[in-house]
Order: sequence, then C-alpha cells, then structure tokens
Amino acid sequence: MIAPTTPRKDMVMFIVFAIAILTLPIWMAPLGGSYPDLLQKFAIFGLFAVGFNILFGLTGYLSFGHAAFLGVGSYTAVWSFKLLSMNILPAIFFGMITSGLFALIIGYVSLRRSGIYFSILTLAFAQMSYNLAYSVLTPITYGETGLQLAQYDPRILDAQATVEGGGIPLTNLFGLEMQGWPGFYFCAVVLIIGFYIAMRITRSPFGMMLLAVKSNQNRMNYTGLNTRPYTLAAFVISGIYAGLAGSLMAVTDPLAGAERMQWTASGEVVLMTILGGVGTLLGPVLGAAIIKYFENIFSAINESVLHAFFGFLPDFIENGLVNVASLFVGKGWHLTLGVLFMVMVIFLPGGVIEAYDRIRKRFFSKETRSSAAPQAGDD
Amino acid sequence: MDAIFLQILNGLDKGGAYALIALGLTLIFGTLGVVNFAHGAVFMLGAFCAVTLNKILTLSQRIRDESVTFFEAYKEVPYLEVWFGETGSTLIEYSVPISILVAIPVMLLVGLAMERGLFRFFYNRTHAEQILVSFGLAIVIQEIVKAFYGANPIPQAPPEIFAGSANIGAMLGMSEAIVYPWWRLVYLVFAGIVIAAVFCFLQFTTFGMVVRAGMMDRETVGLLGINIERRFTIVFGLAAVVSGLAGVMYTPILPPDYHMGMDFLVLSFVVVVVGGMGSLGGAVAAGFLLGVLQSFAAMAEIKAIIPGIDQIIIYLVAVVILLVRPRGLMGRKGVMET
Repeated sequence: MIAPTTPRKDMVMFIVFAIAILTLPIWMAPLGGSYPDLLQKFAIFGLFAVGFNILFGLTGYLSFGHAAFLGVGSYTAVWSFKLLSMNILPAIFFGMITSGLFALIIGYVSLRRSGIYFSILTLAFAQMSYNLAYSVLTPITYGETGLQLAQYDPRILDAQATVEGGGIPLTNLFGLEMQGWPGFYFCAVVLIIGFYIAMRITRSPFGMMLLAVKSNQNRMNYTGLNTRPYTLAAFVISGIYAGLAGSLMAVTDPLAGAERMQWTASGEVVLMTILGGVGTLLGPVLGAAIIKYFENIFSAINESVLHAFFGFLPDFIENGLVNVASLFVGKGWHLTLGVLFMVMVIFLPGGVIEAYDRIRKRFFSKETRSSAAPQAGDD
Repeated sequence: MDAIFLQILNGLDKGGAYALIALGLTLIFGTLGVVNFAHGAVFMLGAFCAVTLNKILTLSQRIRDESVTFFEAYKEVPYLEVWFGETGSTLIEYSVPISILVAIPVMLLVGLAMERGLFRFFYNRTHAEQILVSFGLAIVIQEIVKAFYGANPIPQAPPEIFAGSANIGAMLGMSEAIVYPWWRLVYLVFAGIVIAAVFCFLQFTTFGMVVRAGMMDRETVGLLGINIERRFTIVFGLAAVVSGLAGVMYTPILPPDYHMGMDFLVLSFVVVVVGGMGSLGGAVAAGFLLGVLQSFAAMAEIKAIIPGIDQIIIYLVAVVILLVRPRGLMGRKGVMET
C-alpha cells in the first residue's frame, strides 16, 4: 500500500496539494463548481475524510459512527457562538476539545473489541447520540428544529457587537466575516494544515505503529507491545478531525442538527475514503471532492435537462433513456451513490488513487514518479 | 402486574420482527460467513411484496355509480369485485396474508440472486469490504423502491376479523384493562411458526443436517463429496424468505416506507451481536428479549427515573454485552471472538 517515499517527495506533494486547494476557485470554474458553498463542502468533508482515514486507513478499524463526532463538533461550535462570541476561534477550539473528549470515551470502550464488533459498537454509540439528541437532550440540541442562533443569545464576549437593526451578526475571524469566499479560504487553510498534520502522522513512527497494528495486531501483541494506546490515540485524533470539520460546518453556516449524526452520514465518510483510496493521503480528500461535486451536479439535473441532453435521439428512445436516467439524478442521486459505492468496492477497493497508479504503471512503467497529483480529481 | 404483562406483550411483536430478521442474518453469517448489511432491505422488500399485491388486487375499473341519480357519477370498483363479487372483495381484504404465498417465491429468488450475483465474490474479502458492498446494495434497493413507490408510508389494512383488539386480560382471567390488537397477536403466532419451521427444517431434514454440519466444519463436509456451496446458497435464499415474511406480516403494524429496512437493520445487527454471532437460538432469544426490554423502557414510570432510556436501551444493552460477554448470550466458542 505505501509506496516508498522520501521527505522531499512528500514536501512536493504537500506543496502541490496546497496550491491546488488554494486555486480551487480558478480551476473549478470550467467545471461549473466554482462557488463558495460547494468549495467549502469540499474542504470540510475533505478534512473529515482525512481524519477518518487516520483511523480506518492506518489501523484498519472501520468505525461506523464517526458522524457523531461531527455532530458534537457542530453543536459545540454553535453553542460557543451563542454563549461566548461570534469569533470562530473559540468555536473551533471548543468543538475540537469536546469531540476529542467524546472520542476518548467512546474509543476507550469501543476499542476493546475489533473487527465487526468494533463497527457495531461505534454504530451503537452514534445511534445513541443521535437518538438522545432527538429526545432527551432537546434542551441542548433543540431536537428537530436544530440548534440556531438567536438575537437574544448572551454572547458574553462581544454582546455589544450586534448588527445595526438588531440582526444576528455573522461568524467572523476578528472582524473578517466567514461567509462566501473568506469562509472558503479559511476552510481551505484549515484543510491544508490538517492535511500536513495527517501527513506527518502517517510518516511518523507512530503512524508506522498504526500500520503495523493494521497488518497484524496479534503479532504486535506477542512482541509485548500494548497496542491499545496507539489505536486509542488514532481514534481520538480522527475524532478531533471530525469535530473540527463539524465546527467548520457551523462556522460557514451557524446551525446544527441531529441529522448530521445519523449513521448514513457515517456511511458517507466511509464511502469518501474508500472512493478516494483507503490509507493514502490524497485519496480521502479526492473522494470527498468527487462525491460532493457529483452530488451537486447530479441533484441539479432534472428531466428537462435530460430531454435536452438526449434530444438528438428518436423520440421513443429519448423518452426511454430519460425515464431510466431520471432514476439516477435529481432526488435519485442516492441511487447513483449506492451504485458507485458497490462498483468501487467490487472492482476498485483501492479507490481513485489505485486506479491512477494502475494507469500510471501501464503507461509510464519505466520510472516511478511521485504520488498522485491532485488534478486527478477532474475525472 | 397487569402493566408488566401488557408491556411484555407489547414488546413481543416487535421482538418477533427483530427475531426473524436476526434469524436470517445469523443464517447467512453462520453458513457463508458474510456480514450482510442489505438484509434490512430484504425485510423492506418483503413488506413491499404485500404493497404490490394489494395494488394488483385492487386494480380498479371506473363504472357508473347507479345510486346517484341526479348526475353522472362514477366510482372505482376493483376488477376482482366486478368479476367475482363477494369472493373478490374477500380476496382483497385478505391481501396481506395472501402476500405470504407470493412473497415466498419472490424472496427466495431475491435471496438467490443476491448470493449468486454479488456475495459469492466476497467470501474471501475482509468483513469491512462485505459490510461496505452490502451497504451499497442496501442503498440501491432502497432507492429503487423509493423511485417506484414514493417516499411516503403506504398503510396496509389487516383482514376485518383481525382489525380490532383482543381482550386478553378477560380471556386469561386477569384485569380487563389488558387489551392487545389482534393483528399483533397474529404476528406473534406467525413469528413463532416461522421460527419453529426454520428450526425444524434444520433439525429434522437431511438437508438441514448437512447445513448444520457445514456450519460447524465446512471443509470436512466438502471433502465428504457434498456440494456445500449450493446448499449454502439455498440457505441464503431461505434467510431472505424469513426476513421477507417478517416484512409482509409487519405491514399492518407499521406502514412500510423505503427506509424501514435500515431502521430495523441496525437494531437487528445489535440483536445478532447480543445473541452471539452465528447462534440461531441466541438470535431468536435476543430478538424477543430486546423487544421486551425496549417496551419496558418506554414505560412512563421507567422514563421518569432515567429520561431517554427508551431511545438507547438496545444499544446500551449491546455495549454492555459486547464488553462483558464478547461471545454474546449464546455464541459458540471460537466464532469471531476477536
């Protein structure tokens, strides 16, 4: 799985990655995806997937409840906006802290088991959080309405900083409002930092230890090493990443709902990671971007678009094709997602990165180049 | 005392559904070693068998309403009533029980198709990959159903004679206050019959004996010259039938919609784990047990002590069981204990 790399190659990859992310608005423009909402999602879910990959990709523990940490991060961030200040730094800080604590508790319990039992345990915990958020914890989570900002929030630190006319102020970083493009650039910078940290973790002795746990945990135990602290650390780190992603969601759009914690949301991040390439650095970000991009494109297509697309065909073929295709677009986008999911797992368990490697091997087998360039996201 | 009895009854019908789905899951896991996340979708497909049959039976014709004389009025009358009169309307009324007959071959085919078409390629892959591919399959099935039937629940009526509630308390000489819907009672009996049938099938037929032997030691059975793969494929179909039937009969209790499978699947997995991976008896026992526990937790008295317990009780039990008794209630030694 791991190609031999050098620090220099990593650095090159990182710089290319950083430039690619920061120039997203430019080169996404021809693809019709150059607007802040979508690109923010790229960055946030990319971060989520990078964090998830630290757990799943390195240790092989498949968590089916990671969305719980995302939700906790979101809730904490919104509460920080409500109680403390509209400045995003405390929101992010507290979002990371609480989700980290949450991950510590859940991880401590769940990591006593491995394999499918671990998946079920994390799933059980996530479902518990989800159900509680909808029922007993409504004073904190506001149940189905979701947690929103309100005018009468205390906001101890900047209570006086209300917008003229009594509106709710926007989330900001020392005055820089986090909506639209500034919001995207902030998320992008956080993603780049998160990516760098993930890269350092992967290449560190700690990361090697996690990989060793993945390949043969028994052997690690027989050598007299207690693997649990390592897996727990990985779990907490990935939980913090998820919390960070959740608080970024709150930063760009200050509300939080329990549906972010549902297990289908956990399934989505698993899919992103798999689609991109488990255990690779760039894979999860790519997977997140591809899914969010296609979600955006596919759910916007409706029947008239399809009719225009297949318009050159004879009528009866056109109508048939439109009927079939309309299952897969618009509201039926999830069907495409499910099919994609299956196809990926069946034919390409290594994800896009593996596909890229195969193609590269076929055409450039003479020399080995550095790892995949981010532009592979175009396809 | 009465309240306790009533809660046990209330829990049993849901427990019956859990037990049937968990039984199917365990059959698949015990024989083929596959973790099937699409099993909830099979349950849902069963329910939609009933919906489809009901739709077919009630295909209607517009005929003139003779009772209205002032203007031309039309009413929809199902063909069956037009053709067969009373018999036809009885047929429509009994559409849910009749669906059982339809669902058995349909679900068998669905099960066989799933195994031959997808899961047989996944025997040598990791559990994570099995989970993922079946999760994808579940999404696909779910979305296809949604495309055809819409996202709203479609209520199904039980036959007239089972529509009301049974005064069980009076029957058993207990308080009059214990009343219980007839259909849930029917469901309970039905679940019992299906479970008994599956166990008898495995226990008293040659086929069942071979399957049980295969669950214990697949290789040896194979070496004895028995095509164990084919039998396991049939078992997969059987498991699909069991869950499908659970779905068919559950439709009058819970109007089916496209995501009912997912809702039940997560719980059924928990049930399987609590019962012990690969233990059929454990799955059934845990199904009923968790159903009853859930209904107890929903009592107002219990909720007053621990708020929110009804929402999390099943998961809580699962967590505790997994941590203190990793094998589950009745799990055999050595089956996925890691």
